[in-house]
Amino acid sequence: MYGHDDTGGASGGAANEAPPQDAEQRFDQLIAADQRIEPRDWMPDAYRKTLIRQIAQHAHSEIIGMQPEGNWITRAPSLRRKAILIAKVQDEAGHGLYLYSAAETLGVDREELLDMLHTGRQKYSSIFNYPTLNWADVGAIGWLVDGAAIMNQIPLCRCSYGPYARSMVRICKEESFHQRQGFEILHTLSHGTPGQKAMAQDAVNRYWWPSLMMFGPPDEASSHSAQSAAWGIKRFSNDELRQRFVDMTVPQAEVLGLSLPDDELRWNAERDHYDFGAVDWDEFARVIRGDGPCNAERLRRRREAHDDGAWVREAAQAYADKHAQSTRAEVRAS
Amino acid sequence: MSQPAEGSKRGWPLWEVFVRARRGLAHQHVGSLHAPDAAMALRNARDVYTRRGEGVSIWVVPSAAIVATSPDEKDPFFDPALDKAYRHPTFYDVPEGAKHL
Repeated sequence: MYGHDDTGGASGGAANEAPPQDAEQRFDQLIAADQRIEPRDWMPDAYRKTLIRQIAQHAHSEIIGMQPEGNWITRAPSLRRKAILIAKVQDEAGHGLYLYSAAETLGVDREELLDMLHTGRQKYSSIFNYPTLNWADVGAIGWLVDGAAIMNQIPLCRCSYGPYARSMVRICKEESFHQRQGFEILHTLSHGTPGQKAMAQDAVNRYWWPSLMMFGPPDEASSHSAQSAAWGIKRFSNDELRQRFVDMTVPQAEVLGLSLPDDELRWNAERDHYDFGAVDWDEFARVIRGDGPCNAERLRRRREAHDDGAWVREAAQAYADKHAQSTRAEVRAS
Repeated sequence: MSQPAEGSKRGWPLWEVFVRARRGLAHQHVGSLHAPDAAMALRNARDVYTRRGEGVSIWVVPSAAIVATSPDEKDPFFDPALDKAYRHPTFYDVPEGAKHL
């Protein structure tokens, strides 16, 4: 999927040198022709940096995203739900791995990326700083959070950077199971006892607005958007995708028999879209700054998991070293 | 050429993963991963790239072992093929009435 054919280390080093005139021209031509940029191609330093920042943040989101749902694995209401949830959380780990690999084709190191996450120098999606208080939250995450993620990610399948686009194709295929299982959980609850329905409604009430925030700040306040669009990294604006998500989700909420917590939400025949209320961007800024309900807990748990796994990594390395030595000894003896 | 742990200062070496989707098809590159040795690379490849029965066979190759053409010399390297249109069947005029050609 990626193509780490950068055996000469050219792509990492080339970034600091003045570009050969024709290399820059060739890059511009490829972008203009809607062709893909591959790892060993010359690319502007800022293009490389933007992609590293975006892909790393995306990868971090996938693995931090394992926590809110992993929280409910031991308490899933049936064996069927438990097996599904384990598979879903395992997929999130897999998605993180595809994306870290894609980021590495740009000349960064996996360990560096993890360090950046663990020390708070790189971010992950603010949605994962909200807690999962009850079982219905697992449904709301699948339906709304994965639904919003799919909306963001489908255009990325045509992103100008080949390895990122290829990883997104794979991720999008797998995400559709995630969204459906979430919808199914909520549908079951909303057609259950009044208490179960209330639980589903409560989860939707808490996850609706944070899901709208997943599309990022409004277009006029989005600092990276214009350049990313010019480079073919971003195909649609934050507000366009947010609107699309609202339009898709409102009819689904009707099928669920659940309401969305927005008094201003109504169909606008003139615009051919749903109108919706103002997102609380102060809350968004607070959560990004680190003051969300679970920021500290998520990072602490992530660092713990990494530290707790150290002995496994060391043991595997020791085994590989020992095995390599004995193989060399056998070769010498023969 | 770079070291075996290419691009990875402290971590495990990088491996490229190729999967045969089903019998009759060639292995295709699907991505990469880190692993301390070949056996672990195969196991990790199974977990990362074939969770939905995407393959019947997996190859893993140390990324550092791959030798590739350079994009800088792309044009000269592939030049010899460009001016030999006669290698394609469309180069030839087929008279009307000639069948099964």
